Parts: sequence; structure tokens; C-alpha cells
Amino acid sequence: MTREALAGPGHYLRAQIRWRWSEIAFWLATLLPFVLAPSYLILASQVAITALFALSLDLILGYAGIVSLGHAAYFGVGAYTAGLISTRGWGEPLAGLLAAGLAAGIFGYLTSFIVARFRHLALIMITLGIGLVLQEAANSASWLTGGFDGLQGIHTWPIFGRFQFDLYGYTAYGYSLAVLFIIFLIARRLIHSPFGLALRGIRENGVRMPAIGAPTYVHIRTVYTIAATIAGIAGALLAETTETVSLEALGFQRSADVLVMLILGGTGRLYGGLVGAAVYMVARDQFSGLNPQYWYFWIGLLLVAVVMLMPNGILGGLALLARRARAGS
Amino acid sequence: MPPVFGVLFDGLAYGMLLFLLSVGLSVTLGMMNFVNLAHCSFAMLGGYVAVTLTNSFGWPFFATLPVAFLAAAATSVLLERAFFRRFYNASDLEQCLLTIGIVFISIAAAAYIYGTVEQPLVLPAYLRASFNVAGLNFSAYRLFLIAVALAITIGLTLGIEATRFGAQVRAAVANQRMARGLGIDVDTLFAVTFALGSGLAGLGGALAIALVGLDPSFAFTYLIYVLIVVSVGGLGSIAGSFAAAMLLGVSDVAGKYYVPALGAFLIYLVMIVLLMWRPTGLFGRR
Repeated sequence: MTREALAGPGHYLRAQIRWRWSEIAFWLATLLPFVLAPSYLILASQVAITALFALSLDLILGYAGIVSLGHAAYFGVGAYTAGLISTRGWGEPLAGLLAAGLAAGIFGYLTSFIVARFRHLALIMITLGIGLVLQEAANSASWLTGGFDGLQGIHTWPIFGRFQFDLYGYTAYGYSLAVLFIIFLIARRLIHSPFGLALRGIRENGVRMPAIGAPTYVHIRTVYTIAATIAGIAGALLAETTETVSLEALGFQRSADVLVMLILGGTGRLYGGLVGAAVYMVARDQFSGLNPQYWYFWIGLLLVAVVMLMPNGILGGLALLARRARAGS
Repeated sequence: MPPVFGVLFDGLAYGMLLFLLSVGLSVTLGMMNFVNLAHCSFAMLGGYVAVTLTNSFGWPFFATLPVAFLAAAATSVLLERAFFRRFYNASDLEQCLLTIGIVFISIAAAAYIYGTVEQPLVLPAYLRASFNVAGLNFSAYRLFLIAVALAITIGLTLGIEATRFGAQVRAAVANQRMARGLGIDVDTLFAVTFALGSGLAGLGGALAIALVGLDPSFAFTYLIYVLIVVSVGGLGSIAGSFAAAMLLGVSDVAGKYYVPALGAFLIYLVMIVLLMWRPTGLFGRR
């Protein structure tokens, strides 16, 4: 890699963006639930949606170093936008996604002016505050959001007028997975662009970047808006596939959960959020099936074990093992 | 009682409670930069100790308070020695993941032992009474709470300002590496401070039951409030935590009394505005 780095930045970026066999295997494996576990397709679609949400958080946390405890705000804006359009009589799913992405993106752009100015604890608390304020607002505006009871009467039309949403989740998983894959491709391209490199520079040293002439605030605002848009699309997916939206969509719990999943998988690795979401949600499903009341205990144990045994998350731990195996052989 | 004074009095009592719950986290965060999201789990532990001793063993409420303090402090030291110590140099995110894991475990453990229902706690009659002074109605328990918290604040301030131990703590908060260079044993100092802070949280947890109730979600619900107090007050500042806790307590009670439709909206907005004005908190230096 050092040789490639010496050959110039363009060469380095091109080497980074080449597809690896492990990546192709990963995406092929996402098709397995259709064949191996058809009864878990509903769960699989939830995992895909949460993975998309975690991916959006990874863009700002893993690459630009912005820790957010209020990211569910954008997820919620997207979910409510898609849900409201559908209850007003327009249940076309793709239009819902676009509208949700747009609404969440606009909200993200507006809040990015606040977020970009802060670091450290103040940043975490301000994002937390934005999320909580929005949650309280949605709770008060029950004429619009249905308040505590949630939004009733969402009906999603078939995709392209052909693929009806079925009870087993075939369409829901296929749809969520396709959206996840397309947005992943965009995010992957973004990360391996000069813009992505600049973001990593901001994460590593936020003071030095302006000194070499990089417009730090503009970069942070841009990536924050992009991440908010993706989070909004994830929210819309949830609203469309489950046909309900509740206050839980933009609650603190969801923000905290997605942060935990991303750290669990490994930040700044693009696949970290995907792996983390899959592990966390499958574990939660299994533990709550095993023991409906105390599954929290096992999830907690899982988190502590991962932190103790695998620094930098699951993917970080796997990368370390791979390096050791290569050095040993 | 005219509502203004009533709201102010209740708000101050609530603020005192928040101060007890959060002051420990503020000092340990300021000293070691260790993000301990499990701080409220220690408070919850203190609460459950007090409930168990009062209801199952018939202890007087007062006698349970020191035990709640000691139980939380001892547990925190055990955890600190076993887990937390290894993560002082790890990233914030890993510290978050570790301590969130401990929060989950503590919530499940509390639900397993005590169930998810709110714990009943019968206060002694003299604490349930209320006085009438000059037409104003004071609840004895809230007066007691304010007195305890004030005594602790004065004790803490004196301890930090006037003792050798306090000088070492201040040195370590101001510049940990320099303090080490001067020969201060920061690790031991931190362990003691950590135990003290967690003990105070345990005491706060025991005192909180009569005011806000106790169930397993306590460790999560109050985490948000404690984080707000710590960030608004400024890391490592006792005076800052006190001011922020009072501000938060009064504005929460006032908000819920005068504009109940807005709920907790007001506090969050106050927090955002204060942090935008002073990102390091009211009394923060860094």
C-alpha cells in the first residue's frame, strides 16, 4: 500500500475502490435469507433498513468524526414524511423514498449549520438535544403525527405497480436490500473520492485541515446533509414496509441503538454498520425468543465481550486476526 | 402557597437531586476523560439497596442512606478495577460501548430481581409531614433533601478547596499528565474519586425514590438528565454542576407546571442554547 501511496493520490484512490472478493461474497450472502430462512424475511428486511441507517451514521461518525446521539431525528423525519404522504392518499413507495430523503436532507442541511460548529461533548449533547426537541415536538403535534398512538392508515402501493408487499416479507426484504445496495454503492464511491479523503483528514486532525486550505465547515455540512438524507430514506423504508410510524422512530433509544450497533461492527469501515446491525438485531431476536424479559442482559454481555476481546469492533477484530494469520504463515 | 414560590421550592429540591446524581460523573469525566454512561446504574443500585433494607428488613429510612452510599461506592470500585481501568486509553466510543453494556446488564438484573414495577417506599411519618410557614407550605421531605444536598455541596467544596486530597484532584482535572509528572498517583486518586462520585450517585438514587420513583429504566431515563447537567455545568466543576442542576431542576418543574403541553421541550431548548453560547459549559475551562 505504501508503494501505491507513493505513486500519487489518484492511484491510491483507484486501488482503494477496487472490489475485493470478500465484498462480493458479503453481498452474495445477503441473498441467502431468501433460500435458507424464508420465515425470517421480515427480520431480514428490518436488518437491511437498520443497516442503511447505521451506514448513514458511519458517514458522519466513522469518516468525519461527528459523534451524534440524535441521529434518529432524521430517520424519524423520513419515516413521518413517507407515512404522511401515504395517509394522504399517495402510497407510491419510490416517490415516498424521494420525498422522505428530501425532507430529511433539508432538515439535516438546516441543523448542519449548528452541528458543524461544535466538537466533543458539546456536539454530542447538541445532537442529543435536537433529537429530543424533535421527539417532544412530534409528541405535541398529535393532529399531524398521531402523537403517542402513532400514524394510522398507511397503505403502500405495489412497487412499480407489480410487486405487492406480502405477509412473508419477500417484497419487503428484496426492496429494502435493493435500496441498501444502491445507496451503499453511492456511499462507497463517496468515501473513496477526494471528498472522502478530506473527511478522514477532518476526523484525524480538525485543526490542520483548514491550514492546508480545506473548507472544513463546508465539508462537514455536506456530509451531514448526505447522512441525514440517507437516514431519512431508511426511515421511509421502515414506514413503507411496516405500514406504521410511531414516536419510537425518532426516539433517543433508536439513536443510542444505532450508535451501539455501529461501534459494535466497527466505525469507519463502511461495512461496520452493516455487520453491527445484523449481529445486534439477530442476537436481540434470538435472545428475546429465548428469554422475553431479560434479553437486555445478554445483549449487555455481548457488548462487554466484544469491547474486551475485539478493539475497534467486530470488523476491527477480524482485520487484526487476518493480519496475524498472514504474519504467521 | 403562591405557585411561584411553590414551583421554585420544588424545582430547587429536584435540582438538588440532580446535583447529587451528576456531580461524581462531572469530576471523573473532567479528570480521566472516561465516559461512564453506567453512572446512573450506580444510582439505581443505591435506590434498590435502600428499598430492600427498608421494606424487607425493616430498617429505618435514615439508616439505609449510608449503606446505599457504601454499596454503590464499593461496586463501582470493583468494576473500575476489573473493567474500566483497562479502557482509560481507549477511544470514547469503546468506553461508551463498554459502559452501555453494563447499563443493559444492570437493567436486566434489576428487572430479574425486583420486576419491572415501580418500587414502593414508605417514608417515616415525620418526613411525610409538611410545614406551614408564613402561609407557605413546605414538604418536609423536600426540605430534608435540600438540607442533605447543601451539606454535601459545602462538604465537597471544602474538601476540594481546602484539603491536600482536593488539591491533587484539582491538579489532575486541570492537567492529568502534568499532575503525574509532579508525582501525584493519579490512578489511585481517580479510583477514590470514582468511588466517591458513584457513592454520591447511590445516595442520590436512594433519595430519589420518594420524589420520582424507582424502576429498572431509571439507569437510562436519568442518564439524559445527568449528561445535560454535566455538559451545561462544565466538566470537572462542582460549582458548575450545582448551577446547572438548579437551573435544570427549576426550569423542568416550571415548564411542567406552567406549560404542560410542551413537556420537557423547554429544558432541551435551554440546553441547546446554553451550549451554543458556551460549548464548554457554564463553568468549563476547556
